[in-house]
Amino acid sequence: MANVTNVLLCGVGGQGVLLASEVLALVAAEEKAQVKQTEVHGVAQRGGSVVSHLRFGDQVYSPTVRTGTGDILVAFERLEAVRYGHYLKSGGLMLINDIEVMPGQIGEYQPYPTGIMEFVQNKGFQIQEIPATSQAKALGNPKVSSLIILGALSAHLDLSQQAWERVIRKRIPPKLVDINLQAFKVGVEMAQARAQAAVVRD
Amino acid sequence: MMQEAGQRLLMAGNNAIARGAYEAGVYFASGYPGTPSTEILEVISQYSEIKAQWAANEKVAFDEAMGVAMSGKRALCSMKYVGLNVAADSFMVFPFAGTVGGFVVISADDPGMYSSQNEQDNRYFARLAQIPMIEPSDPQEAKDYLKLAYELSERFSTPVLFRTSMRVSHSKGMVTLGERNEVGESKSYIKDVPNWVVPIFAKSLKAKLDAKLAAINEYVETYEYNRIEKGKGNIGVITSGASYTYTKEILPEASVLKLAITYPLPKQMILDFCAQYDKVYIIEELDSFIEDQIRAWGVTNISGKDIFPRTGEFSPDVLAKCLFEEQPVKDFSNEFNIISRPPQLCPGCPHRGAYLALKKSGALVTGDIGCYTLGALPPLGAMHTSFAMGTSIGNAFGFELGGINKVAAVIGDATFIHGGIPSLIDVVYNGGNTTVVILDNSTTGMTGHQEHPATGQTLQGKEAPKLDLVNIVKAIGVKHVQVADPFDQKEMNQAIKDALDNEGPSVVITNRPCIFARGEKQRPKTPYVIDIDKCTQCGACQRIGCPGVLPGEQAVIDDVSCTGCSLCAQACKFDAIYLKGE
Repeated sequence: MANVTNVLLCGVGGQGVLLASEVLALVAAEEKAQVKQTEVHGVAQRGGSVVSHLRFGDQVYSPTVRTGTGDILVAFERLEAVRYGHYLKSGGLMLINDIEVMPGQIGEYQPYPTGIMEFVQNKGFQIQEIPATSQAKALGNPKVSSLIILGALSAHLDLSQQAWERVIRKRIPPKLVDINLQAFKVGVEMAQARAQAAVVRD
Repeated sequence: MMQEAGQRLLMAGNNAIARGAYEAGVYFASGYPGTPSTEILEVISQYSEIKAQWAANEKVAFDEAMGVAMSGKRALCSMKYVGLNVAADSFMVFPFAGTVGGFVVISADDPGMYSSQNEQDNRYFARLAQIPMIEPSDPQEAKDYLKLAYELSERFSTPVLFRTSMRVSHSKGMVTLGERNEVGESKSYIKDVPNWVVPIFAKSLKAKLDAKLAAINEYVETYEYNRIEKGKGNIGVITSGASYTYTKEILPEASVLKLAITYPLPKQMILDFCAQYDKVYIIEELDSFIEDQIRAWGVTNISGKDIFPRTGEFSPDVLAKCLFEEQPVKDFSNEFNIISRPPQLCPGCPHRGAYLALKKSGALVTGDIGCYTLGALPPLGAMHTSFAMGTSIGNAFGFELGGINKVAAVIGDATFIHGGIPSLIDVVYNGGNTTVVILDNSTTGMTGHQEHPATGQTLQGKEAPKLDLVNIVKAIGVKHVQVADPFDQKEMNQAIKDALDNEGPSVVITNRPCIFARGEKQRPKTPYVIDIDKCTQCGACQRIGCPGVLPGEQAVIDDVSCTGCSLCAQACKFDAIYLKGE
């Protein structure tokens, strides 16, 4: 449908995917006529695969994104980018946090796969890797990686920086607002630096 | 709550239903936790205008709400779809009497079985009980239709089934808020024996119920919320609920008859609609509930389960595939060496210690409904059946009667209260030898940690009398009752062995809370560490199935997720696992 933006956020339970998708949905709710968001996750437990679908624009009916129509897929973890990549449209943007979270395993041991980046690159998507987790650690709180990721994502969405800041102030516990705003800014700057580098290369 | 009439907010379907209850002037709400319905009551509990409480099970919730409704006030009860199986005894009989105050029963269905034991189309319940049913398609409708449900309930003095699905309950969308309508007592209380003593007056009441349904049938023919959205071309669609939203994405041009009330169906309206188009698609998730009724009226230009699946959740992709043979984009992750992230008991879960002991005992273990169902999966593989709430104890007794030796039932604290107690009474009464292990983790774990009668707190977090499980079990007549620490393997092994060896019924109650239970999250935790020099890489610590013990040739303990439960250290024969800092 025209004027509808489809975004998917995926990762591992406990990484903050659901909080990040709530923040994004609230920002979109401030600026767009319609927003729908839905998620799929298993029973209440840590470490499972999580995916959240977000759609916003003039008229949105289905909360779920069709395969092959996602504008942006944000992966909080590398392997999850592969798991949900087919939701992305051809040439769509994959934003990948450059960490690997080993799945808990119940059968025979399998090592964490190698060659993820080459694999998704060959699928014809635009790929951007971001060191959100290491940057969050540098800020002193590994949990703010999700806000760094949102900052980087914000550069690709038509949603105002003021709305992002308003929602972060409203949604995040007061004690943590400053560090989360700082994290968001780190993400924005990361995206800006990348855009400038791309211009220079061209 | 920072919510005022006129505001437009992003809300999940369940939150919108709760808001609808507030706006409808609901006086009382009751329920039992169950995905995808749980949040409805949790959010309702935040409105001080509504008296709300968790019940011991869905039938109790229904009976309480029914009593409130008979006293003339608006009442609601909320449950997942299988909960309605539990409440069905009262649910089927109350319509014979009819309600006084508005009475709405919410059934949250789970097409696709995201968090459920079976797939069940609860629309049949409305037809079975001869009561009307309303289905919203998104959060705005979830709120607005709940108010319509109360109007309908009071107009015809009938309970109304409000059916939602996982996708409606758990999706967020924009919702415009309205005012609370303080209806108070919609009708004042009068003792109404000829309506309420159903068994004595059932014959005349059945005739009244049939007449009422006929009147509702007539009413829905012109019901304004069953709406036709005129499109282009000669394709029509009849749909409702979440399927409506997928229809609008895939067939944006088609004419759509969108049903708000899906039982009883507006027969003439549907016949007229079908006559206008070459082909009419009946787009409904799960069974052919609407389609079968339309076919019975002799309509032939319709298409439904001949092309759409009877199982699983619909989506725009599913509709596109069935209608246009448009294949969804292939999941390419299987071209890659992808690994899944299977659900597992959490690091520090107390159930693990009980399962390790049960596995060692070699008993056949009948299971129940809760997080502990995961004990069936490798490497624990220590639970061998799981069907429905409270089933484990009767099943264990049954296996024993069937000649199987060494059987134990496992059941959680909330589930024991919900449906286990009558079965344990039966074991004692009929001279059983059954062992029951109550996995008491002091919370309702799987649905997101709700309070229950044995946690000592109410839905609102107020102090409540705490049900004493040991005393209940003793009062039932079980003489062999032992409380055991699942983090002490010696003690747990011995408790299970003694219980299984005991002549007569026996109960073991574990005593460690869920890592997410109240107070547990704040408890300081010291993780364990593996001494690489002592470690022989035998893998014993990895075979306890703890996600905190990372896989690989050399086991490593993840110091973020480790809660220090010590089960891995007890599994190590080489003394290679020690508390950090020791």
